[in-house]
Amino acid sequence: MNAITAKSVETRLGKRFAALKAEGRAALVTFVTAGDPDAQTGLKILQGLPGAGADIIELGMPFSDPMADGPSIQASSQRALAAGMTMKQTLDQVRTFRTQDNDTPIVLMGYYNPVYFYGVEKFVADAKEAGVDGLIIVDLPPEEESELCLPALKGGINFIYLTAPTTDDKRLPRVLENASGFVYYVSITGVTGTASAAKADVDAAVSRIRRHTDLPVAVGFGITTPEGAADVASVADAAVVGSAIVNRVRDNLDEQGRAKPGLVDEVLNFTKKLADGVRKVKK
Amino acid sequence: MNKPNTFREGPDETGHFGIFGGQFVAETLMPLVHDVAEAYETAKNDPEFVKEKAYYLSQYVGRPSPLYLAQRLTDKLGGAKIYLKREDLNHTGAHKVNNTIGQILLAKRMGKTRIIAETGAGQHGVATATVCALFDIPCTIYMGTKDIERQAPNVFRMKMLGAEIKPVTVGSCSLKDAMNEAIRDWVSNVDTTYFLVGTAAGMHPFPMMVRDFQCVIGEEVREQIMEAEGRLPDTLVACIGGGSNAIGLFHPFLDDADVKIIGTEAAGKGLETGLHAASLTAGQPGVLHGNRMYLLQDEDGQIMEADSVSAGLDYPGIGPEHCWLHDIGRVEYVPVTDAEALDAFHTLTKLEGIIPALESSHAIAHAMKIAPDLPQDHIMVVNLSGRGDKDLNTVAATMGVEMGVNL
Repeated sequence: MNAITAKSVETRLGKRFAALKAEGRAALVTFVTAGDPDAQTGLKILQGLPGAGADIIELGMPFSDPMADGPSIQASSQRALAAGMTMKQTLDQVRTFRTQDNDTPIVLMGYYNPVYFYGVEKFVADAKEAGVDGLIIVDLPPEEESELCLPALKGGINFIYLTAPTTDDKRLPRVLENASGFVYYVSITGVTGTASAAKADVDAAVSRIRRHTDLPVAVGFGITTPEGAADVASVADAAVVGSAIVNRVRDNLDEQGRAKPGLVDEVLNFTKKLADGVRKVKK
Repeated sequence: MNKPNTFREGPDETGHFGIFGGQFVAETLMPLVHDVAEAYETAKNDPEFVKEKAYYLSQYVGRPSPLYLAQRLTDKLGGAKIYLKREDLNHTGAHKVNNTIGQILLAKRMGKTRIIAETGAGQHGVATATVCALFDIPCTIYMGTKDIERQAPNVFRMKMLGAEIKPVTVGSCSLKDAMNEAIRDWVSNVDTTYFLVGTAAGMHPFPMMVRDFQCVIGEEVREQIMEAEGRLPDTLVACIGGGSNAIGLFHPFLDDADVKIIGTEAAGKGLETGLHAASLTAGQPGVLHGNRMYLLQDEDGQIMEADSVSAGLDYPGIGPEHCWLHDIGRVEYVPVTDAEALDAFHTLTKLEGIIPALESSHAIAHAMKIAPDLPQDHIMVVNLSGRGDKDLNTVAATMGVEMGVNL
């Protein structure tokens, strides 16, 4: 499969980025873990995100061993699993979400093993049917593209590749070969939610990636405030916020780890602030 | 499945042994993993590297390790003639140092200034801390709190050697989680740090490289048994956690069709209890820590916690080459319980005056199981991969003895 085929996979992601370009602003991409802290509360958050200003939703597929994640997202995965979240339920939540919202792109993010165990073919078919637009699988680099990237493209789902500060100009074309939807620039060498990159470095890195691709460039890892989101929105096509949102879930649990009554509102209010930050930046 | 002409050619260029292995790595690390692979390819063909490694293995580690005929054990069992490959006599007390010598020399060549490692039983941690002391490179060792508790002597050794110990308090608090934390450290310190992987698992090139460094075990056994018996052994037995001591013994014999090869995995409290680490017997193929391997996992692809009296075998996966050798049928893998391993621990200690590591006791246990039914001219080599000093607290606890109080 060649790059033209990858780019020909059309999902809600392409439409959303085109619309935002016309609007002259960047996207806010929000990450939450499916079923965190429990299936019901997680679904309410998911359903509330577009109204709070999320342009694209990354929905984490909980995994027991999230190796690229820092403590915040590790804990959110553990909460979801402890509450009994499964892959089937994650897909069900997307399906439920789609009954009310057929425009906001949903990207499933996580690690390969739960997908592999579910069965790649079945997963691609079920995810597409549920209304999933893209996949970000942290431990599937282009070296392993035959595992899921190529089947996903064939099944009409974008496969979004991560690029990092360590991805040099020599390697970038390989990473981008079958990339579609957007390119996710991991702005720090580290795990999620631990450090923030300097704006100038992000600017330089985004420019470098743009020399290699026309795909929108999203930047994530280390964005924790509306101001930080605005900074990234001024240089990239999308700002991704994960740990900082997930921390709002953590901060609104009672002593038994159950959701306090105000949890969903807290999460969505914070999302709204992030969205305001991103929307202030006009291009 | 078609039998290949040789079992020793793997992995392919992308690090696969059949469907197992590979490079399931986050993008940030991928360029570094390629760097390690390239550096290793260059080093292994460089006579200077080969010479330097050989020097340290003989003068520092004390190789070759003896191949010892365990006469009293043999007499007691009344069947096969049992030889023990004495990896417990290596400097630091286990086979792990064969690998850390090789990798520290590689890290030095790559100009890395900081070493990280994961450890379960602490043998790899000690072997890493040792070579880091020798070459004056700072090191950080990740170890689960469950293992820190049961392998206290090794923790203290590592500290004295100058290593920083980072206790891992998440998940099962053992080897799997120590591996996760080491990977997180590596991704956060890409410029300076070399990840000195301790077993023949993880992302390519580690399973291949660690195997290559451990093959000195099997290569020596070939020479030593020819000298002692004038022929190759009939059976090889070694224990398997990730599988580095076993693949080191097995690999040089894989193409000798008459040599029966057996790996023992930890059956913990028994397969039926669900509390075990028998990934091949009770697991399914999955992807973790950079490679596809047999993994203990639940009905939704979540990794399960392993359980074994032996910290070094307490891992829900197993190296990719073993997975392939299992599927293709060249090596037989059998479960051995905690109780059987403890029994073997005591038997070898009393009969031969050798206190084996609880890991190695799993191999001894299987030898004890099968030797009585084999003829007396049957030659069996068991890899005594490490010594058991580190396990005395654990063993004492199983005997109801409180160390230092009522000995």
